[in-house]
Amino acid sequence: MDIFIQQIVNGLTIGSIFALVALGYTMVYGVMKLINFAHGDMVALSAYVGLVLYTQFVGSGMPQAFIIILVFLITALIIAAAGVILERLAYRPLRNAPRLSAVVSALGASMLIQNGIMLYWGPNILTFPIGIFPETSWVIFGATITFIQAFMLILTVVLMVSLTMFINFTKYGTAIRASSINQDAAKLMGINVNMVVTIIFIIGAVLGSVGGLFIGIYYRGIEFTLGWNYGLSAFIAAILGGIGNIPGSMVGGYLLGLFTALISGYVSSVWAEAFTYILLIVILIFRPTGILGERVAEKV
Amino acid sequence: MSENLLEVKDLVVSYGSIEAIKGISFDVKKGEIVSILGANGAGKTTTLRTLSGLLKSKSGQIIYEGTDITKVPAHKIVAMGISQSPEGRQVFGTLTVEENIRLGAYTKKRADKETQEWIYELFPRLLERRKQLAGTLSGGEQQMLAISRALMAQPQLLLLDEPSLGIAPILVNMIFQAINKIASTGVTVLLVEQNAKAALKLADRGYVLDVGHVTIKGNAKDLLNDPKVQEAYLGKKG
Ligand SMILES: Nc1ncnc2c1ncn2[C@@H]1O[C@H](COP(=O)(O)OP(=O)(O)O)[C@@H](O)[C@H]1O
Ligand SMILES: [Mg+2]
Repeated sequence: MDIFIQQIVNGLTIGSIFALVALGYTMVYGVMKLINFAHGDMVALSAYVGLVLYTQFVGSGMPQAFIIILVFLITALIIAAAGVILERLAYRPLRNAPRLSAVVSALGASMLIQNGIMLYWGPNILTFPIGIFPETSWVIFGATITFIQAFMLILTVVLMVSLTMFINFTKYGTAIRASSINQDAAKLMGINVNMVVTIIFIIGAVLGSVGGLFIGIYYRGIEFTLGWNYGLSAFIAAILGGIGNIPGSMVGGYLLGLFTALISGYVSSVWAEAFTYILLIVILIFRPTGILGERVAEKV
Repeated sequence: MSENLLEVKDLVVSYGSIEAIKGISFDVKKGEIVSILGANGAGKTTTLRTLSGLLKSKSGQIIYEGTDITKVPAHKIVAMGISQSPEGRQVFGTLTVEENIRLGAYTKKRADKETQEWIYELFPRLLERRKQLAGTLSGGEQQMLAISRALMAQPQLLLLDEPSLGIAPILVNMIFQAINKIASTGVTVLLVEQNAKAALKLADRGYVLDVGHVTIKGNAKDLLNDPKVQEAYLGKKG
């Protein structure tokens, strides 16, 4: 029973990362019907940027909490800017080109960023230092929650609630939803769809940057290929929840996190990945549009 | 003498190498209801989509209130006072009726209260259904919503693309009455229709479009009595 609860805690923690990264895939797909393959590599980039920033700030005399906030904010800013540039250079020129061109461009951008990271920071694993967060932990129902885990869980929930409110209750949020349903009709409302796309890339990049920093502070070791590994898991989470569906990505992320943790706890972490694909296949057989699937079909 | 609100000169629009609009000219004066008629595939929708900036013209000019708007992007056209209820209604099916209506006022700082009340007076069914997802409305109700959404932008020029298409006959009547009421408030209307009879009864003037050319134009009354129009579009044999 203790293992079970412990794996639930761990699963929700990993799930937070999956969900945050999955949202980037799903939001871009929702509006542009494009899989942004470079998203995972942006996540990797944020881990590296975060590490550089932290190394710069630590020992500067600033309070630790302030340093952490600064690292998250500046990383988010840099990755957001990178996301906007990525869209301008790799995707916007191909907006009206055949679908395959955009896919090739996405893969190219992914490899470019990944290789750029390798060239700049080297192919070896870099390590986040210890002591970024307090070593405090709590025992709840026999499971241990570390300070880092609590921080990740809470920040993720805060971000998701904020995103949900933004999407559902603000003018720009409604414009994003409208643009993902019908771009021409959105333009007829006076919505600048190019601006919506920019906003989508910024939101995706910011959430992804938090995911990337989480990977660094939780697992500590980062490698230039981490974008592929975590990107793929997050992408699977997005498909599980129903690609294009925002709450779906949140659910898919947590579900995949829990699933991975439980397989690791009860079977073996070696099998976690194989079981992930089995889960994906099973869900796609029974619900081809993902768990939350397409939202209510149109009736004419 | 009323002035031209819209003037289209020698407009050519093509899809790839195929010209759908082959150099048409027409004008719409302030306060008028002008109808563009024509069979399926004549180029009516292409014309309206070009006016709204969704399609780029190959050549020709679109002058609105004396300004050349030929190259203005779609989202700016709305703010200039031209809004459209598109063919097939294209309401946002997974948004509520209310959200659709509010999106119509996207270019405004805030949705105009009076316009909103007026819309619900015009189409009381929408008020009843405002919390419903737009996709669950009937075709006629979706058409009312598409028109309402366009009105929320408080347009000077309202473009309507086949508002009667695929709608129950009772509702068609209701929608044409509503168009009449809208026009009576001073909104200029450019009405595209295949239902020539209903459109010409409502319109001041009309243009007949045939495979990308304007073939007949004139006062709505004259067009109703024109044997060529009657034969081709009103189902009467000369
Ligand atoms: N997206 C498109 N791609 C290629 N051809 C098109 C497209 N849309 C319309 N057309 C062609 O342009 C012509 C005019 O179409 P349209 O403007 O929709 O006519 P209408 O609205 O009068 O029925 C038709 O021949 C149609 O097949
Ligand atoms: Mg048409």
